[in-house]
Amino acid sequence: MSSAVSARRRQGFSTPSLCIIRLVIQVFVNGAAQRFEQPLAVSTLIEKMALAGKKIAVERNGEIVPRGLHARTVIEDGDQLEIVVAVGGG
Amino acid sequence: MSDNLLIAGKTYGSRLLIGTGKYKDFAETRAAVEASGAEIVTVAIRRTNIGQNANEPSLLDALPPSKFTYLPNTAGCYNAADAVRTLRLARELLDGHDLVKLEVLGDPHTLYPNMPETLKAAGELVRDGFKVMVYCSDDPIQAQMLEAAGCVAVMPLASLIGSGMGILNPWNLQLVIDKVKVPVLVDAGVGTASDAALAMELGCDGVLMNTAVAAARNPVLMAKAMKKALEAGREAFLAGRMPKKLYSAAPSSPTEGKIAPRAA
Repeated sequence: MSSAVSARRRQGFSTPSLCIIRLVIQVFVNGAAQRFEQPLAVSTLIEKMALAGKKIAVERNGEIVPRGLHARTVIEDGDQLEIVVAVGGG
Repeated sequence: MSDNLLIAGKTYGSRLLIGTGKYKDFAETRAAVEASGAEIVTVAIRRTNIGQNANEPSLLDALPPSKFTYLPNTAGCYNAADAVRTLRLARELLDGHDLVKLEVLGDPHTLYPNMPETLKAAGELVRDGFKVMVYCSDDPIQAQMLEAAGCVAVMPLASLIGSGMGILNPWNLQLVIDKVKVPVLVDAGVGTASDAALAMELGCDGVLMNTAVAAARNPVLMAKAMKKALEAGREAFLAGRMPKKLYSAAPSSPTEGKIAPRAA
């Protein structure tokens, strides 16, 4: 169980209208917070971001996720992802 | 006579390395690179735009990695850790490509290299299997340290990145060339063709430039000029220039057989 989800469970929900607990995860992709309903594979994230087939590289929590492992690497709550491309530069 | 540039066991016909930043568009980048004859092109690694412009043109389409040797850089990195991370991402992005340009900057005002961090990153990258071409100060001792750390080329600045100020200290550059065995390339500071020619006349193995071409009024024409300047400078170096003799002026025409002066 990721820390943020368990923290939310511990806090509980004070208003009766919020009786359905949704396991939402929050991850940071290139510095921006993104929410998903459940943990997802790196390859799924890439598809959701319309980056499938693009020449990109992915780093998760400071470690490279090799292309061959995108499908089986699961992104969890609180993960920090960097997705990069090559651009013009000196 | 073949006179190729040899870097990390691979030969290149051109001694000019070109940066791909600051052009109007990818078409101009491509045209300038082609006019320069460069085989090695530097690229930067940056976060992709998320959720916008899914069909945005890509640098890799304009300059296919099958035709050019990519040299990913660490521009914008101010410490060793960021530089190492950036190049690991580059290696993943470019399918295991391991020839890289390391630069660790000291401050955004001068973009002068931070040498202790550069040396630290160089060691880490070499241990991780990278072939490191390294942007550095024009200090011969630092250059020797980078060579000892396993860098495949040292690339001292001629003057500040993007300044176009030319070679401010040819004497130091000469010392670096004399002290290290790996190729020495001038990286940064070239402003116009004569700067590039001078670097080559001093005995540099190559020149890396970006702004001098991209910021010229006509980048493609400047790229052509740079190609010729490198070739001219290299040939002048190989030919071996005449010694400079401040006080022994000697005429090039025979002193014998001159017609008699007319009697007054």
